[in-house]
Amino acid sequence: MKLKEIVAILDGEVLLPEVDLEMEVPCAFSSDLISDILMCTKEPTLLLTGLTNNQVIRLCDMIDIVGIVFVRGKRPLQEIIDMARERNIPLICTNYTMYRSSGLLFNAGLRSCKI
Amino acid sequence: MGEYWYIRPGLEESVNGFFSAQPEADMALESQIPEKDFNQAGKGSAEVKNLLKRLGVNPGILRRVAVAAYEAEINVAAHSLGGTMMCRIYDEFIHIIFKDMGPGIADIEQAMTPGYSTADEMVRELGFGAGLGLPNIKKNSDALHIHSERGNPTLLEFLIYFMSDE
Repeated sequence: MKLKEIVAILDGEVLLPEVDLEMEVPCAFSSDLISDILMCTKEPTLLLTGLTNNQVIRLCDMIDIVGIVFVRGKRPLQEIIDMARERNIPLICTNYTMYRSSGLLFNAGLRSCKI
Repeated sequence: MGEYWYIRPGLEESVNGFFSAQPEADMALESQIPEKDFNQAGKGSAEVKNLLKRLGVNPGILRRVAVAAYEAEINVAAHSLGGTMMCRIYDEFIHIIFKDMGPGIADIEQAMTPGYSTADEMVRELGFGAGLGLPNIKKNSDALHIHSERGNPTLLEFLIYFMSDE
């Protein structure tokens, strides 16, 4: 699924305008627990989370996260956005909950990452 | 006194040989882990990953080293009074050693149980404290050794082979 379709489905806001919205996203994973994310992400994955601290971006140095969706109206601080820009990680904000966002994307054909 | 050893089956001879000989490393890297500093935490692991990447280590192994090192780094920042991370790189594997300034793990077996956590509220709010840190380190390591007791510093070290299949 293309990133621009994800933005449309989630009625999302793209925080880094320079990102390539034509980028293909192969799968996704949703969690607010960092260890869960580390344990379950073994392939290029879109992360849906309510966490907005710098460790979420730091995770992208360890594992292959192709983009981050901040759910339920959460918004990261500018320094976090800047960290993502340095790493070329697309950031999207949505007002939908994690459950709703995951359900909408799953129904639209975005598969769960292999764990 | 608490002592924990895990060696991936089939690697016993090589791992035991390494720990009894403790040869000099081809390359070494050291970083400090200050207590509760979550702006710094994770930088050391990212550095190690980048170094191994430049050395041509395969992506699956890079991921395992990064995840195990990051979890251990977060553990030191979250649960101890601060410590150090020392990486020693050899031809066939990486040996990473974490030493902190205490206060030690009361019960290592319990701490190894998935879901068990003593993380405080501030640490949990950042998304840590799932109780998966040590299990995740074990899962990604070929050998793991922990030495700890209540009231004293903790030593955690692991080996990851560059050629292993897991």
